[in-house]
Amino acid sequence: MAEVLVLVDHVDGEVKKVTYELLTAARAIGEPSAVVVGAPGTAAKVNQALAGYGAAKVYVAESENAANQLVTPEVDVLAALVGQASPAAVLVAATPKGKEVAGRLAIRTGSGLLVDAVDVAADASVTQSIFGGAFTVKAKAGTGVPVISVRPGGVEAVAAEGAATEQALEVPATDAAKVVTITSREPLKGGDRPELTEASIVVSGGRGVGSAESFEVVEKLADTLGAAVGASRAAVDSGYYPHQFQVGQTGKTVSPQLYIALGISGAIQHRAGMQTSKTIIAVNKDTEAPIFEIADFGVVGDLFKVAPQLTDEVAKRKG
Amino acid sequence: MNIVVLVKQVPDTYSERKLADADHTLDRDSADAVLDEINERAVEEALQLQATHGGEVTVVCVGPDRATDAIRKALSMGADKAVHVSDAALHGSDAIATAKVLAKAVGTVEGVDLVLAGNEATDGRVGALPAMVAELLGLPALTHARKVEVDGSTVKVERETDEGVFFLEASLPAVISVNEKINEPRYPSFKGIMAAKKKPVSTLAIGDLGVDAGEVGLGGSWTQVTEAAPKPPRAAGQRVEDEGDGGVKVAEYLVGQKLI
Ligand SMILES: Cc1cc2nc3c(=O)[nH]c(=O)nc-3n(C[C@H](O)[C@H](O)[C@H](O)COP(=O)(O)OP(=O)(O)OC[C@H]3O[C@@H](n4cnc5c(N)ncnc54)[C@H](O)[C@@H]3O)c2cc1C
Ligand SMILES: Nc1ncnc2c1ncn2[C@@H]1O[C@H](COP(=O)(O)O)[C@@H](O)[C@H]1O
Repeated sequence: MAEVLVLVDHVDGEVKKVTYELLTAARAIGEPSAVVVGAPGTAAKVNQALAGYGAAKVYVAESENAANQLVTPEVDVLAALVGQASPAAVLVAATPKGKEVAGRLAIRTGSGLLVDAVDVAADASVTQSIFGGAFTVKAKAGTGVPVISVRPGGVEAVAAEGAATEQALEVPATDAAKVVTITSREPLKGGDRPELTEASIVVSGGRGVGSAESFEVVEKLADTLGAAVGASRAAVDSGYYPHQFQVGQTGKTVSPQLYIALGISGAIQHRAGMQTSKTIIAVNKDTEAPIFEIADFGVVGDLFKVAPQLTDEVAKRKG
Repeated sequence: MNIVVLVKQVPDTYSERKLADADHTLDRDSADAVLDEINERAVEEALQLQATHGGEVTVVCVGPDRATDAIRKALSMGADKAVHVSDAALHGSDAIATAKVLAKAVGTVEGVDLVLAGNEATDGRVGALPAMVAELLGLPALTHARKVEVDGSTVKVERETDEGVFFLEASLPAVISVNEKINEPRYPSFKGIMAAKKKPVSTLAIGDLGVDAGEVGLGGSWTQVTEAAPKPPRAAGQRVEDEGDGGVKVAEYLVGQKLI
């Protein structure tokens, strides 16, 4: 069976959920080979997790540079492997970094680039959901080895056993004029909540929440439900909530089982990031708010009354 | 310091966006076309850097004839000149084909120190054009910048993504893409709008760039769209007025749906 390269998405050796989704998607095409690029010692931390999702091989490319340079180490390693292993496809996560790795790799290897897939078929053709879910598109690569970025949460991860046999690789040196050095990093304060794109429930607040302090109402409901917290752009621009939590056209695209919008009008750009959610609940004091046009259940009312009551009700039912 | 800004005309996100039935390409007539908001921020950043470091700001755009509106907007904000690549052969080009043309178009501008772009366009959301142009030009790519600083021949960027804030450094020339947090773009002044009408725009066909028609367009692209279908819009569900029991009602609904 042909190899399918999967770039492992990890933070300092902690595997991101999307990696399991990629390994699952890869099994539809062929035999997944995980590719670990990172600081020395990374593969040892991730091997078992990769074996649990069917990685037959694990290519290990470790060096200090791999951790301290932006994007090019991943591209260099994958490009070398494409030449060596003649894979049927290369899968990476459609994250900001993954999208760049994929784009550069496709150019480097003369291959078709398929962006932000929500499903991958056995022939390495893909399904995409564009314009905020308004259109579903199928596409394929006609040239080279298809390089596919897969949207986090697009494919459901299914466990499978793999041998995860390690094979070491060199991290090629990048030409100094092309290198971007990461001189330092600061983690974003995400807290203990699930990640927006991974969560099965998202509770979002908009301008109606009124202040950074009052976002506590949104957070309390989210925590009782085990949900991630999101925000509209107006809430982010007003400084109520950090940028990384923005949902919408220019923020995150989420597709959870349940999306609860509190004090969000439902502008087309916000809807573009959440309208493919399975169930949508909206609380807004304006009967005319467009969010009600797409809500499965809407409450016309004050979020400061409805949300805390809902929080209590959920807590009660959990016992 | 000479700066190129890559700008794209996109369908206005406020209007309904469609694909053409015949070949699944963007139906450009169905929606109003605007300069993508993120590109206004890229132009703003270029103008701010120019104010400190001098040099010229050139706008580069690949798009149909009507994209001149987007180019004029960038010029009326204060950019000095523009390169517009417009060619019927480009219709249906995918991201890689577009990146190749953009890289060639940047190559027509002399002495470029910095290429600025948006991090992600609101139509295709490819989010990789700047990195791909850097790959083709052999330049470093500092992407998703929320802050840019140039010091001699070094550029420093604060990159913000889910991975955190990364402090990046590279040597010039370089490609930078900016995020929504970088600045608030200026409004063109009346004077700016008038001045923009006289600023030089060089309109090029792909032949002028040495790009072969076989490398671009629907036929030359390395990927093909095989099917496209609109998703039926969501229908509105139940709506209730809060009479002091709104939270309870939501909870009951969620229980009914087996969501809690
Ligand atoms: C290019 C572009 C990209 C964009 N990208 C995004 C994006 O990614 N994400 C995004 O969200 N937006 C985006 N926008 C902005 C979008 O157009 C809207 O401005 C934004 O979504 C509005 O946010 P909001 O609903 O929180 O605020 P508003 O539209 O101001 O709505 C606030 C709502 O809260 C309600 N309210 C007030 N008080 C209460 C209360 N006590 N109880 C209940 N309800 C209350 C009001 O009735 C109102 O409906 C983008 C715009 C552009 C042009
Ligand atoms: N056709 C184009 N002409 C000029 N610039 C473009 C074009 N396409 C993309 N870009 C630039 O690349 C950025 C990211 O776009 P994308 O990778 O398509 O999401 C945009 O914000 C622009 O700065």
